[in-house]
Amino acid sequence: MAHAEALSLRHHVAKAPPAQFFRDRGGAFRVGDLNRGTSLGDGLADLSGRSVLLATASQLTTALALIELDGHARRIVVLPPDVEADHLGAVIAAAEIDAVVIDGGSPRCAAFDGAVRVGCVPSMLPLAQGPPVRLRTEWVLLTSGTTGVPKMVSHDLAGLTAAIRAKSPAEGATVWGTFYDIRRYGGLQFFFRAVLGGASLILSDAGEPVADHLARLGRHGVTHLSGTPSHWRRALMHPAIRGVAPRYVRLSGEIADQAILDGLRAVFPHASIAHAYASTEAGVAFEVNDGLAGFPVGFVGPPRDGVEMKVCSDGSLCVRSLRTAARYVGSEQPLADADGFVDTGDIVERRGERYYFVGRKGGIINIGGLKVHPEEIEAVINRHPQVRMSLVRPKPSPITGAVAVAEVVLKSGREDAAARKIQLRDEILRLCRDTLPRHKIPAAISFVPSLAVAATGKLARRRA
Amino acid sequence: MSTILTIREQMVQVAREHGKTLAPLNDDLMLADCGLDSLGFAVLVARLEDALGVDPFSAAEDAIFPQTFGDFVKAYENGAR
Repeated sequence: MAHAEALSLRHHVAKAPPAQFFRDRGGAFRVGDLNRGTSLGDGLADLSGRSVLLATASQLTTALALIELDGHARRIVVLPPDVEADHLGAVIAAAEIDAVVIDGGSPRCAAFDGAVRVGCVPSMLPLAQGPPVRLRTEWVLLTSGTTGVPKMVSHDLAGLTAAIRAKSPAEGATVWGTFYDIRRYGGLQFFFRAVLGGASLILSDAGEPVADHLARLGRHGVTHLSGTPSHWRRALMHPAIRGVAPRYVRLSGEIADQAILDGLRAVFPHASIAHAYASTEAGVAFEVNDGLAGFPVGFVGPPRDGVEMKVCSDGSLCVRSLRTAARYVGSEQPLADADGFVDTGDIVERRGERYYFVGRKGGIINIGGLKVHPEEIEAVINRHPQVRMSLVRPKPSPITGAVAVAEVVLKSGREDAAARKIQLRDEILRLCRDTLPRHKIPAAISFVPSLAVAATGKLARRRA
Repeated sequence: MSTILTIREQMVQVAREHGKTLAPLNDDLMLADCGLDSLGFAVLVARLEDALGVDPFSAAEDAIFPQTFGDFVKAYENGAR
């Protein structure tokens, strides 16, 4: 879909305030220094007009290279850190990669042979004048498929940044922090928010303990903080959460249930708390600011704010907007239907005057012919005051094909006595019985110290 | 707790949770008449795997589901060995 002409990132950086820094665990750069220097050295000129794979290991060098490559490269393919080496060849071939940007941590990879290789360093070399902006760069982002070659989704800067509103001068200095990795759609939004808003940005690091990350966010005075509900549940388990005081708290990427929204409200009584809905293909669809789970039914129907949504016959939310991706790279598979609607695969259910997300189309558990979304059971379990987070998964059953079983992480870090656990299990089961039809009550509940969160920030759901 | 006591206790628990009335559990009772439906049995088997560490009906390739309560208990006693 065509977009109005958008400014390049360099146009925004030209107005960077002196105190705008991007930081990661190990270093930092002043954004305005990119007006007088380059992190790509002599290689900058070699990248002109190329299709560039951004294979940097650190998010700091990723941020530098993204700013320098927009308007300069023909195409940028942003490589998330967890893409399997086996899939790199397919990505490089399909995206016609002829240059690779690496940093000190990038793996040596035979798949890069034959492409121009340019190193990116956080310390900048002086540059009299940056290259002229001459291209509307294509941005290619990878989806987080669990198996197979990831899909490559084509965007442009106008669509990627269309959901970002100019901030009012009264807001004061903004310091963005995110638990996400900026090399995926969800995290990249906050890189853009920082660049376009003249804000500082505190980047995450997958290897950093949560308490250290929270301390770092607090030390740099984070004012706006974003992550998935799983990220936030994990953060709320650490006393160090008391050291951060964001004015704005944002959730996206997973279903924000009432328990996590209330939990954040209790810890941040004065913050604005918003949950947003977006996908790599559909783009940012909406944000909800009333502190309640789900979204008002009025969001569906006529276009609001340039985004039109409808609920398809199978209950899936479908989205059409200028923020939607253009196409898949290297695949003929259509990204949207003939009318331009992207099927998100996220199932919604209307209750009263709100729609609620109940789960993924592909994640349904079939219990003797009755269909269950794990997420709707988790949302009920999470309402128990002692529960921090939960995961419901199918367990094969010789009788009904499958039953739903739950793993539960409790809020109290200490090991509860066995008797207390039996009592908690009975309380959780009672909660489920009071709320859910019989087949959705978990057949078994086990207590676990933690649940795995994938690199995407979403709860890791093993396939049955 | 013995295997049979664990099974009895779990059956009573599942029946209560599912709002079912359980028939008196003697060895000759046909499982089809015990009061639990297939969902109830599916939950029972999952619970017993947690409690006894064995699921005799999924473990074997040629598993046959027992017909009487006595056979059901025996399947767990054999599986636990």
